[in-house]
Amino acid sequence: MTLWWIGDAVLLVVVLPVVVYLLHGVLSAARSIVPSVRRIAATAAAGSKDLDATALLLTTQSQVEQTVAGVANYGGSLDVIIDDAE
Amino acid sequence: MVVLAIGPGTVTVVALLLIVLALVYYLVSTILALSTITKGLDEVIASVTEIVEKSAPVNDVVDAINGQLDAGVDLLEGLLVKKAGLVDGVGLVDGLYPGAAAAGFRNFPESTSIEAPRISEVYTKGTLTLARLGREAPIAAANPAGPVLRNVEGGSLAARLLYPSVRHTAPPELPRSPVIGTDAPVQYEQRDDIGAPRKRLPASRVGGG
Repeated sequence: MTLWWIGDAVLLVVVLPVVVYLLHGVLSAARSIVPSVRRIAATAAAGSKDLDATALLLTTQSQVEQTVAGVANYGGSLDVIIDDAE
Repeated sequence: MVVLAIGPGTVTVVALLLIVLALVYYLVSTILALSTITKGLDEVIASVTEIVEKSAPVNDVVDAINGQLDAGVDLLEGLLVKKAGLVDGVGLVDGLYPGAAAAGFRNFPESTSIEAPRISEVYTKGTLTLARLGREAPIAAANPAGPVLRNVEGGSLAARLLYPSVRHTAPPELPRSPVIGTDAPVQYEQRDDIGAPRKRLPASRVGGG
């Protein structure tokens, strides 16, 4: 009977606080992840929105092609009408 | 009486009940938190997937743009060196952009060791500016897609035709220079106010009263 009382005391004084402490730590860690995940989600959404202008690169590519083609035509004409240095 | 009714078994049951309640409370709270995390990660995955999809063609497009620009640089450098020579080309670039001679031309590694001639001190800044802008050159008046403008083996008329002057076309009569002086055919009345004392404003107006 005495050992049973001692076991009850250990259960209430040691086991229960330890269980509560460990579970509280797990819950705190899980809750601390939530704001970080929300910030990551907001950042990823903003990054995705920033890349909306990526399609304009195709326009830039076309413009560069036209510009270089114009430079090539101009340079070709200069090559024809200007004497070489040597 | 009540104290006597509580035995060690009752205490054990109460302790186990408390432990189970603590387990239920914390585990349910943890499950809710993990559920929120899962939803947030789903949003992250969706956004990251969008980023991957949107950025997938960037490499190819940028590589193509860089290739085009490299071709343009190669063309311009080659043309400049071919027409002006490596030394004068470096001097011309250094005159337009001081300090650029140190970098040299990309396709001509030996250009970095050339002491750039001070072309900007020989030609005026305006000449260099016009050269940079590519304007006012007589060749700009012609169509670059047309036939060859100049016979490089002989004949200067083709070159002179590039200039806006009309004298080389041998016109029957050119406009004469205007005649000035007292015997000029066109006389203008002399203004009375020229040479006269300057008109003065009244003192009251000058003083602000």
